Amino acid sequence: MDYEVVIGLEIHVELATKSKIFCGCTTEFGGEVNTHCCPVCTSMPGTLPVMNEKAVEFAVKAGLAMNCEIAEFSKMDRKNYFYPDLPKAYQISQFDLPICKGGYVDIDINGKMKRIGITRIHIEEDAGKLIHDPHGKGSLVDYNRCGVPLIEIVSEPDMSSPEEARKYFEKVRSILQYTGVSDCRMQEGSIRADVNLSLRPAGSTKLGTRTEMKNLNSFRSVFNAAESEIKRQSGILRQGGRVGQETRRWDDDAGKSFPMRNKEEAHDYRYFPEPDLVPIILTKERIDAYRESLPELPWKRFARYTEEMGIPGYDAGIITASVKTSDFFEEAVKYGADAKTAANWIMGDLMRLMNDAGTEDIPFGGKMLAELADLIGQGRISNNIAKTVLSEMFATGGTPSFIVKEKGLEVVSDRDELARIVDKVISHNKKSVEDYMGGKEKAMGFLMGQVMRETGGKANPTMVKAMLADGLKKAMEP
Amino acid sequence: MEIARLTIKDISRMLRNREASAVEITNGFYERIESTDAKIGAYISLCREKALEDAANAQKKADAGEGGLLNGVPAAVKDNMCTEGMATTCASRMLENFIPPYTATAVEKIKAEGAVLLGKLNLDEFAMGSSTGNSYFGQTKNPWDERRVPGGSSGGSAAAVASGQAVFALGSDTGGSIRQPAAFCGVVGLKPTYGTVSRHGLVAFASSLDQIGPLTKTVEDSAIVLNAISGRDQRDSTSMETGIPDYTEGIDGGARGLMIGVPSQYLSDGVSPGVRKQIGEAIKAYEKMGAVCEETSIELADYAIAAYYIISSAEASSNLARYDGIKYGYRSSGYANLTDLYNKTRSEGFGSEAKRRIMLGTYVLSSGYYDAYYKKALRVRRLIKNEFDALFKKYDLILGPTAPTTAFRIGEKEGNPLEMYMGDVFTVSVNIAGLPAISIPCGLDENNLPVGMQLIGKAFGERTILRAAKAFEMEFPFLISEEGGRHGL
Ligand SMILES: [Zn+2]
Repeated sequence: MDYEVVIGLEIHVELATKSKIFCGCTTEFGGEVNTHCCPVCTSMPGTLPVMNEKAVEFAVKAGLAMNCEIAEFSKMDRKNYFYPDLPKAYQISQFDLPICKGGYVDIDINGKMKRIGITRIHIEEDAGKLIHDPHGKGSLVDYNRCGVPLIEIVSEPDMSSPEEARKYFEKVRSILQYTGVSDCRMQEGSIRADVNLSLRPAGSTKLGTRTEMKNLNSFRSVFNAAESEIKRQSGILRQGGRVGQETRRWDDDAGKSFPMRNKEEAHDYRYFPEPDLVPIILTKERIDAYRESLPELPWKRFARYTEEMGIPGYDAGIITASVKTSDFFEEAVKYGADAKTAANWIMGDLMRLMNDAGTEDIPFGGKMLAELADLIGQGRISNNIAKTVLSEMFATGGTPSFIVKEKGLEVVSDRDELARIVDKVISHNKKSVEDYMGGKEKAMGFLMGQVMRETGGKANPTMVKAMLADGLKKAMEP
Repeated sequence: MEIARLTIKDISRMLRNREASAVEITNGFYERIESTDAKIGAYISLCREKALEDAANAQKKADAGEGGLLNGVPAAVKDNMCTEGMATTCASRMLENFIPPYTATAVEKIKAEGAVLLGKLNLDEFAMGSSTGNSYFGQTKNPWDERRVPGGSSGGSAAAVASGQAVFALGSDTGGSIRQPAAFCGVVGLKPTYGTVSRHGLVAFASSLDQIGPLTKTVEDSAIVLNAISGRDQRDSTSMETGIPDYTEGIDGGARGLMIGVPSQYLSDGVSPGVRKQIGEAIKAYEKMGAVCEETSIELADYAIAAYYIISSAEASSNLARYDGIKYGYRSSGYANLTDLYNKTRSEGFGSEAKRRIMLGTYVLSSGYYDAYYKKALRVRRLIKNEFDALFKKYDLILGPTAPTTAFRIGEKEGNPLEMYMGDVFTVSVNIAGLPAISIPCGLDENNLPVGMQLIGKAFGERTILRAAKAFEMEFPFLISEEGGRHGL
């Protein structure tokens, strides 16, 4: 029997607020344990939460960017459970009245658009972290993360392959970065996904039993976990077995998932309205103001790049996927770089440098790329030298003109100097000169190369070509 | 200087006229506490050294012609309000050694007005109870009869004021916890409109119902303390700007023309004859003063107790979940694992009433029971609010007894929690609806025990309540010091 894959994602995202959701403590990552906390976020008796309005704004913006309906009335609820990383023994979250619902995100699957529904987006707080004493004397708790604001984005079960799940995750992340709602730093776990996956006989409309894999923090692990789970579930089904509803932990290194202990599931969270906070009331005006303040989103930029700037669709897709790259491109163009040239640099050398360094950050602004392109345009450096300069910029963050000057990379246009080198090359390469005279035009290229080698690639190619032609003509004269 | 009789106004006058210094007054109160509190047991802790410092400062201010509303006034607060650097126990073993690094807004505010904090007062554990018998530190006794309870949960606050161990006290009221002990001890207890006083620093029992308020000897003192403690606080999102700059304004306006509703349910057979008689006298007094008293009905009164115990226990079960032995407070020794740590800590740290409410609250929120209990209680809450709204279209105030009986004997209702809960029948609906209400002394019953009369007002209608209460106080004088004479008052 053929099986159809049904995947839904729950994505948890740390909001980019400076302070925590219910107190003034910093949300900065890291820090000495238990230094980013106060009586409120460690839930001392008598303390009360006070909603960070910036968190509400970010949640609304995320919802707007994902085409959600924004609730004019929503409220916070308590999700009750005991665990040492949760100092109140309840998490303040949203249960039946989330701040956003009913949206969608479009993803591109082999050139075709697929729409993935968003069920809801709600606001909640993060918990602390258990630290297990290396000497085995027990566990300690670090409350620095406690009360960091999060949103949870719950999708419809609209994805039907690991590739779609990955694409959707990428797209959501991209939107969140564009809107400034989150930095989405994956290594720091500021965005993570739970993958809900089930199989059903092809053509069936009834959902099969699903499993949930928690806390996946890379695109690759979402893809791999989904792929592995499909294999596992179809293996069970093909043998006539039944998939059990369970929560599984994905182990990236082992490349497989393991069932989580039972006690971590089957909770009765006893949700009820949080009486310490007032409901979140959003006026139409406020929602509209947030809508107005949204930046240009990736699909809009894509359209502009392809339609107005003549950037190929593939390139535009890659450049707009990350707000950082896209902003970089925008800045380069703003400072005078030709759009296609800038796109080519980004798609080629820059992407390679970023990949090699394993980073999404470009250590300099688009203005610097514009400057580099300008140096090429002015004939002050060659294209090849420009690649060297770019690598140096990436490594040191220096400006192009500084690097060119510091390293003496400027094109040699000194006629006397070039004449001396051209003469030298002609007199040292008799064979090629003869070949050229014998009508082998290709020899010209070799001689050019020799001049370039002598000058470390810095010779002005137009001048060299003319001077070589001149010199050879002289040599041909008896 | 008759320490026990002193009101806020008296002390302000004494300091102004240099009849006594703030330090002398404070020392006078400590002497009073030393001589009477061994019998009464109102205080959990005292802070004399700090108090004398504060008194000296208050005196400097008085000398300079400065100082706030409460300058130099010795006061005490219920021990569920956080005080920086000073144990805040909630009368629980769980928090026996808990010293908060911050002070509750209400306490901060009375101190900012110059009040001298004498100490922290006994209560039912985590403010759960009506007798101040559910305290890890022992039973507080009623100054009128030491064999009887002072009411609860702010029993320490009421007893301290009644026995002259403090000029005024702060209590907290979740279902009657200021008003019922005020009634039992013959003092004035005001539960303000929900949101009037910041809950920041008040250790939560039931967050949607809890409200801090004053226990005082006179109605006017109640208004003065409310002036000090009310107002919006950034640290409590449920606190509100009331728009009332002065609660004493118009307080002497009398009762003429007031429309007062008296629900028949509040004078049913369940109310003891002595209480009924006194309330009847009060109605006559109001009529004499030119108010119109009319019998009315609160149909949902019977459902208020059930709704209250469901909602308050549900919230309490969650509010008290943080006492898990991990971060602060009591931790059991000798646990095998995390679950064992939780179980032992909570079994040993909480008293039986707190446990009962936690279990009740957990139950009504559990899946499968939520709709039948918690959700239904919220509906009843909405209906009770609506019913009050309708009544207040017609009446300025609702009048009735604060409690169906006067102070009962210590141990009398032990082992019968339901009977104990029924004693809250007239007070809980006020919290459910978020309304303001006062309990004022209304004479004595046949056992020479104080009867309390409750006046309920519309939301933010404290000034009407205070005006009517003051008028009654003038017409129906009841001086605690006269009746309390045999207690050395
Ligand atoms: Zn904090």
